[in-house]
Amino acid sequence: MKKKLVVIGNGMAPGRALERLLEAAPDSFDVTIFNAEPRVNYDRIMLSPLLSGEKSFEQIVIHGDGWYVKHGVTLYKGCTVTDIDRAKKTVTSATGITADYDKLIIATGSQPIIIPIPGANLAGVLTYRDLDDVQAMMLAAKARGRAVVIGGGLLGLEAAAGLKEQGMDVTVLHLMPTLMERQLDTTSGHLLQRAIEARGIKVITKANTKAILGAKRVEAVELADGTRLPAEIVIMAVGIRPNSGLAKTAGITVNRGIVVDATMRTSDPDIFALGECAEVEAQVFGLVAPLYEMANVAAAQLAGDETVKFKASATATKLKVTGINLFSAGDFAEGSDREEIVLRDAARGLYKRLILKDGKLIGVVLYGETGDGAWFFDLLKKNAEIKEFRDTLIFGPGYAGGAAQDPMAAVAALPDEAEICGCNGVCKGRITTAIDALGLKTIDDVRAQTKASASCGSCTGLVELLLKSKLGDAYNPAAVQPMCPCTKHGHDDVRRFIVAKGVKSIPDLMQALEWSTSSGCAKCRPALNYYLLSTWPGDYKDDSQSRFINERVHANIQKDGTYSVVPRMWGGMTSAKELRAIADVVEKFNIPAVKCTGGQRIDMLGIKKEDLPAVWADLNKAGMVSGAAYAKGLRTVKTCVGTDWCRFGTQDSTGLGIKLEKFLWGSWTPAKLKLAVSGCPRNCAEATCKDIGVICVDSGYDIHFGGAAGLDIKGTDVLGHVDTEAEAIEVIGALTQLYREQGRYLERIYKWAKRVGHETIRKQTLDDKERRKALYERFVYSQKFSQKDPWAERASEGIDAHEFAPIADLRLEAAE
Amino acid sequence: MTAMSSSWIDIGALAAIPIQGARLVKTPKGCIAVFRTSHDEAYALEDRCPHKDGPLSQGIVHGRSVTCPLHNWVINLETGAAEGADKGQVATVRLKVENGRILLDASGLAAIGKKAEA
Repeated sequence: MKKKLVVIGNGMAPGRALERLLEAAPDSFDVTIFNAEPRVNYDRIMLSPLLSGEKSFEQIVIHGDGWYVKHGVTLYKGCTVTDIDRAKKTVTSATGITADYDKLIIATGSQPIIIPIPGANLAGVLTYRDLDDVQAMMLAAKARGRAVVIGGGLLGLEAAAGLKEQGMDVTVLHLMPTLMERQLDTTSGHLLQRAIEARGIKVITKANTKAILGAKRVEAVELADGTRLPAEIVIMAVGIRPNSGLAKTAGITVNRGIVVDATMRTSDPDIFALGECAEVEAQVFGLVAPLYEMANVAAAQLAGDETVKFKASATATKLKVTGINLFSAGDFAEGSDREEIVLRDAARGLYKRLILKDGKLIGVVLYGETGDGAWFFDLLKKNAEIKEFRDTLIFGPGYAGGAAQDPMAAVAALPDEAEICGCNGVCKGRITTAIDALGLKTIDDVRAQTKASASCGSCTGLVELLLKSKLGDAYNPAAVQPMCPCTKHGHDDVRRFIVAKGVKSIPDLMQALEWSTSSGCAKCRPALNYYLLSTWPGDYKDDSQSRFINERVHANIQKDGTYSVVPRMWGGMTSAKELRAIADVVEKFNIPAVKCTGGQRIDMLGIKKEDLPAVWADLNKAGMVSGAAYAKGLRTVKTCVGTDWCRFGTQDSTGLGIKLEKFLWGSWTPAKLKLAVSGCPRNCAEATCKDIGVICVDSGYDIHFGGAAGLDIKGTDVLGHVDTEAEAIEVIGALTQLYREQGRYLERIYKWAKRVGHETIRKQTLDDKERRKALYERFVYSQKFSQKDPWAERASEGIDAHEFAPIADLRLEAAE
Repeated sequence: MTAMSSSWIDIGALAAIPIQGARLVKTPKGCIAVFRTSHDEAYALEDRCPHKDGPLSQGIVHGRSVTCPLHNWVINLETGAAEGADKGQVATVRLKVENGRILLDASGLAAIGKKAEA
């Protein structure tokens, strides 16, 4: 019979332990996890890239919901365990769930230390620990404003860099004289401080925080010397404390953390503890490598292998701030029994320091260039004899053999046991063996098969060198990303081919480009359909079966399979007649929800699919057409009331918005396209976070583009100024057309602009009048074929009738 | 228009389903999605994705698979099993195509509406 394993906590350490346990003994345990956080297991190391906007949450999930289902693991999200009953062998959560266990893993992690100073509990004082903290910071950062980060260690600096990246004015307070003093020596600490300051972050060292001031929320931070720093948010990043309270209450031995032996067992042999809450050999750990080591040990022990024991090994540190390269490992305090080797190169901003004792390497600090970090760390961990190449040691493995070598040779020179990925404990031999045996070709392959470079990613360069050393020229990291697994061609190749060869159907294209599947997949078909449609207006027949359901039936599918419908309201203007028609439709079809959208429209939600044509017929009667709220195409043009009503309005922004919407509607674009027109720089229509925005000014129209306010937040860039409304419309038509011709499917304007460059877009759509005119005319031509209301076609012309009725209804027959 | 012939139920013409598309058959216990592939094969599945009950009939059909419109799970039309890294199973209903008509196995209807007890 399966034993019951309960895990309290769902961080990286227990996640890894379960992975290993399920590998080693897949059928021995029924696993139940209680996670205080309301979500799946994600990579906490990547919170900094998440904060700086370089990654999204989806990209840092380790185990998606599917993983738990696949392995039959029960996960209670948002369930904090409040009680362990060791006599009955049960745990109970605050939500009242009780679970029996045969074996229990406590992995409650740690909590950030809050310095007990006045004002520490004010709103706006945050910590940096989990996704909720990052989301709170990102929310606060949206208001721009000032942030003070207390703590100049690894986490504090990463938080500071992230907040700065989000547009905040950031000051770092650090109690000690130099930053990251636990991982760096003074010199590299100073170099780091200078690099941080060069990013516009203020650093105050020897800063003793006395109080946080404010009535209800944070207003300022006061230092012991009387300095006051105004701030809207304060991040406390001064360290962590193991969460051992639950274990202590249950009568388990607790010191600083939950005390475990080398098998990860607590004082109760059926209860394991691992991760940041565990204390082993009188040490607690915060870096991922030893935590994963604990996970491996616990998994092996649970699977019945009692030989695997925990041994604390040296750990290496890297700072995850883009553009700052820093590596440290081991012990680098000075001492009479130690000697040091230092290399500096001011011009290149390099500083390297090695600490030797008894002819062995015991500490490394690398600043500015960290490529040799893995090699030094390997020597250090192996306690290797370095006498023979001591003279050239500091120059790295390239010189260890005598002659200078390139980075490729340096990697080739690493022994098989050299650790490449510190996060996941993957050595060179495991990677190269996998490359050979499994025929791996890309960095993603290596990540999938070995986990190397799959956590923080800072060893990606090394892994790529390994790939290159194994595959030679066959490895091309800059190779185009294929559209999908059906083809080796990238988006741009396919597009060029369509134009060059005049291909006009999906099957022809798949044949000509040797698609590996007979009919493509859900990823490539919609893209191909768009490319053909936008390249051959009037000539290519839209393939509705290659469209996502929303574009196929011109409504938005909801989680329960019903649809929502949004009629167009030109420029956000409506009338009594339209509102009355909407009200009538809502009542007639029992539509359960009506709401206003972010784009100044009215959304009716919960409509049964078979009712859609009748709903549309009624809306059509009142003069309303599809609002295309589902389209990779023009969505809405938001406006403010402009000179019609507003005492500040400088131009007729409503009128221009309506004209633009009547000009652009029906067009298909690579991804959705949202516009706004504001009548003055107060910008009430929020035009500066749209794909295309117009800000009216006294002298004319400022045209903006490439904003985002969804997964990413980004203000627009200014395309330029035009004097007249007609010019504004021509420029926007040209810009839309260029985007239609160059954008990759599902690529929003801001991403396209980032890829091809804002300047080249400006040249073609604004400065070069001839080019601009030609683009505009191509757009006008294609619009001739696209401005037909899809609702009317389906409501009164019977198009796609099969979509809205079942092929058969067996409910009556079966009832007989 | 539906006629019983032994245990096979005639639900309509294959041509009534768009190529690479699907249509619904309503039953007392829920809907069955009947798919038609680019090679003119037909398959029937319960219209409910094992992930979050998404209506598979609304998905994009490619090869012998359909991609669920809600969260892009890919379900094999022949076996009803989720493809790739996802794990899950949709009830399938046997059918045959004769003279351009689709005949559904009546005994297979019993499998519909029994969501995996979880």
